[in-house]
Amino acid sequence: MSVNKAIPKVDGTGLVLGKPAFTDDLAPRDSLIVKVVRSPHAHAEIVDIDTCVAEHLPEIKCVLTYKNVVDQNFSRAGQGFPEPSPYDSKILDKTIRYIGDAVAVVAGTSEKIVDFAISKIKIEYKLLEPVLDFETALDNETVIHDKDGTSSMFEIGHKPERNLAASYEMEIGSVKNSLKECDVVYEGRYYTQAQAHAMTEPHSSVAYFDFQDRLTIISSTQTPFHVRRILGRTLKLPLSKIRVIKPRIGGGFGGKQAIHGEFYVALVAMRTKHPAKLIYTRQEVFDSSYTRHQMRVDVKIGAMNDGTLKVLDMDILSNTGAYGEHALTVLMVAGSKTLPLYNKVDAVGFRGDVVYTNVTPAGAYRGYGAVQGNFALESGIDEIAKMLDMDPIEIRKMNMIKEGETSKIFEIMGEGQEGTKMTVESCKLNECLEVCLKKLNWNEKYPSVQVDEHKVRGVGLAIAMQGSGIPYIDMGSSILKLNDDGFFNLLVGATDIGTGSDTILAQICAETLNVSTDKIIVYSSDTDLTPFDTGAYASSTTYVSGHSVRIAAEKMVEEIKRAGRIYFDSENVDFDGENVICGEDVISLSSFSTKLFYSENQEQLATVGSYVGKKSPPPYMVGGAEVEIDKRTGRVEIINFVAVVDCGTTINPNLARIQVEGALLQGIGMTLYEEVNRTELGRNINNSFLKYNVPTRMEVKHMDVSFVDSYEPSGPYGAKSVGEIGIDTPPAVISNAIKNALGIRMETLPIRPEDVWKAIYKK
Amino acid sequence: MEVNLKINGTHYKFAAEFDEVLVDSLRKLGFKSVKRGCDLTSCGVCSIIVDDKLVPSCSYLTVRANDKSIVTVEGIQEEAREIASFINAEGAEQCGFCSPGNVMAIYSMKRELSNPTMDDVRHYLAGNMCRCSGFEGQHRAISKYLEVK
Repeated sequence: MSVNKAIPKVDGTGLVLGKPAFTDDLAPRDSLIVKVVRSPHAHAEIVDIDTCVAEHLPEIKCVLTYKNVVDQNFSRAGQGFPEPSPYDSKILDKTIRYIGDAVAVVAGTSEKIVDFAISKIKIEYKLLEPVLDFETALDNETVIHDKDGTSSMFEIGHKPERNLAASYEMEIGSVKNSLKECDVVYEGRYYTQAQAHAMTEPHSSVAYFDFQDRLTIISSTQTPFHVRRILGRTLKLPLSKIRVIKPRIGGGFGGKQAIHGEFYVALVAMRTKHPAKLIYTRQEVFDSSYTRHQMRVDVKIGAMNDGTLKVLDMDILSNTGAYGEHALTVLMVAGSKTLPLYNKVDAVGFRGDVVYTNVTPAGAYRGYGAVQGNFALESGIDEIAKMLDMDPIEIRKMNMIKEGETSKIFEIMGEGQEGTKMTVESCKLNECLEVCLKKLNWNEKYPSVQVDEHKVRGVGLAIAMQGSGIPYIDMGSSILKLNDDGFFNLLVGATDIGTGSDTILAQICAETLNVSTDKIIVYSSDTDLTPFDTGAYASSTTYVSGHSVRIAAEKMVEEIKRAGRIYFDSENVDFDGENVICGEDVISLSSFSTKLFYSENQEQLATVGSYVGKKSPPPYMVGGAEVEIDKRTGRVEIINFVAVVDCGTTINPNLARIQVEGALLQGIGMTLYEEVNRTELGRNINNSFLKYNVPTRMEVKHMDVSFVDSYEPSGPYGAKSVGEIGIDTPPAVISNAIKNALGIRMETLPIRPEDVWKAIYKK
Repeated sequence: MEVNLKINGTHYKFAAEFDEVLVDSLRKLGFKSVKRGCDLTSCGVCSIIVDDKLVPSCSYLTVRANDKSIVTVEGIQEEAREIASFINAEGAEQCGFCSPGNVMAIYSMKRELSNPTMDDVRHYLAGNMCRCSGFEGQHRAISKYLEVK
């Protein structure tokens, strides 16, 4: 059996041994070096750009500006088609909208000569007033996308004249009337920050024309098929002329879902017929890719004296920066993947505006709105429990969603469109809660323990849900072929970006075929060689792509039996993974497959599986932490973080655990350390690993991740997703723990020592 | 300037620019295990050993390495394979971009420290970042590796 086994990653050894596997490792040796001239101003118009000197340097092969590239609006978002994000970007534009926006592209034979050429480009800017505070962006007299051809593919509430990238509103029941009936109402305002993805591999792309004159792109992308589509449509190239190869990817977390350097290297290769590569500097990764959406979340919770929750209401202002990538969908997920947690309320309200500002754009990022929404909702649940003088565990137990139940929100709110009705078939929140409380030793530690004169410890807890792909949108497919000697090639569109998805897909395949995993050779994401997949996002790979592999493998079992019936000339043929069997007659798959190619009834056995989710079963999690606060400094130290997860079957328990541990630390980073800081002119001041506080191994004390027994009937071998759920709880957990320790609610992320200190001493 | 480097036991002689750093020279020579992550010595993915000392190659001038001996993961494949087996057993490599630098640091730590505690390990490897794993899996792997040895 292969599923639920902690086998090593199929690509693990090669990666650790440092074999060439990443985009820059695979770039042709003679690649032109491509660099992007970045805007020093937050909002400006290019009055004049003189590239004459640069262009006449013999080692400079190509200079691109808005003057010589196609003037075509598109969305960089890297989503399915039609995209729910506004078409507000151009390859290069006359107007620049944030510090770090692309102004020109220069390609030459060495980094040094390109830097020299860039220094010789003269640019005259007309400075425009920037909008830097997202709370003043709506209807600001400065319009960021003013008559620039910006449009949307369908109604997403996009009103560029109001600096509105997207907006959304929905109501179930009457929030106003139900609030009047409540005994208590909690109202809170929470702020979350722009967080950087900080994956270790910078965004990288390479382009060259192969011997058949086809444009080949190697890119560190989470969405190779979207890259091909967006590139082809925007550059007016037939998709048949483009091949996108996804090699190994050095982390993504949503940051590589969008298009980054692909257009620039493609255009350079097209103009020069030379291979070209663009490897972002770390500063570019910080300044010029994108961040998590900064949000202001107003939450209202209404309840009766007995603890019954009656009303949930969320009103969000989200900052999408200069371009509206994922503006609508991240907003909606803030509600759709939090509010169903308490599904028995009478009324639910959700509305939000996503505004443009002149800062680095926001985009997809693990958690994708759910982490922002969860911070407000789960902090609010603790607050209303306090108002009711109730135990925060009891109020959750009374009101949280259970197996066999549903929520109207599933039906109403999808991602950028209507949702899908769904009954929850697996939900072990109760079990997760019990395990978490026990591991935290909650009863002895709640609410707080005084350590000494200065230090106090508190415990806090939160629950969370996520999804497993987007129903009727996210599609995955696989091709499985049998080789002589009885091993299989599994070709998947699913995009392993370091998560281990190649491995778990091999496990699902091996389980279905009843063979060992080493018989499955996985190759992922090459638009010429593998079938389609929407890509690595929305927690879709295990559930959606996993099903496609199961289907291909089930078909293969039938194919082997069919070929066996011909071979044995009998209807009574079986296949047990090792042998093809007909009564007493047995032939090994190894011999049988070899005969199939060379000697008898020759044919290639190959099958295709494709799958679109009909629902998006949420994984659930209970997170809890014990924190210690030094009142002299305000420093918050995590003594223990306990995560208990229901993700259905863990296809690979080790990889599932690491996914949750990594997500937890990213969430802890968001809660305590990380923030993209900008000057009053909009310049990012912590755009390096020296200044941007990614948690290091010194910050990790004790993370305790475990999984409860759970089986999702609609999932492949009972699995749901696990990639994002781990990031959702740390903000609320830690804020709740601080509240329990100090009696102070921290409502703004990150919760830095100085913020805690100021809150204690009311400075 | 012409430089002489001994890389993984083999002598190389080539012309280096005065401001060229080792990560670029090594990658040009085909040692692709040496990754470029931050340019500021703060992520550790470019870690190599120069004359028995662990250094970030993104801030080590190639000319400064003249006549010195350099080790990259390509040069310690056997030891790296052993370390890898522990990391793989935990699934802790994840994307693997930081792994070669991490392996160099673990290899160097094992030579420098005798019987290190997990706290020593954390300190020694503090400069090797990882955004995927949350470090716990790496620490499980390293503690098992050190116990076994």
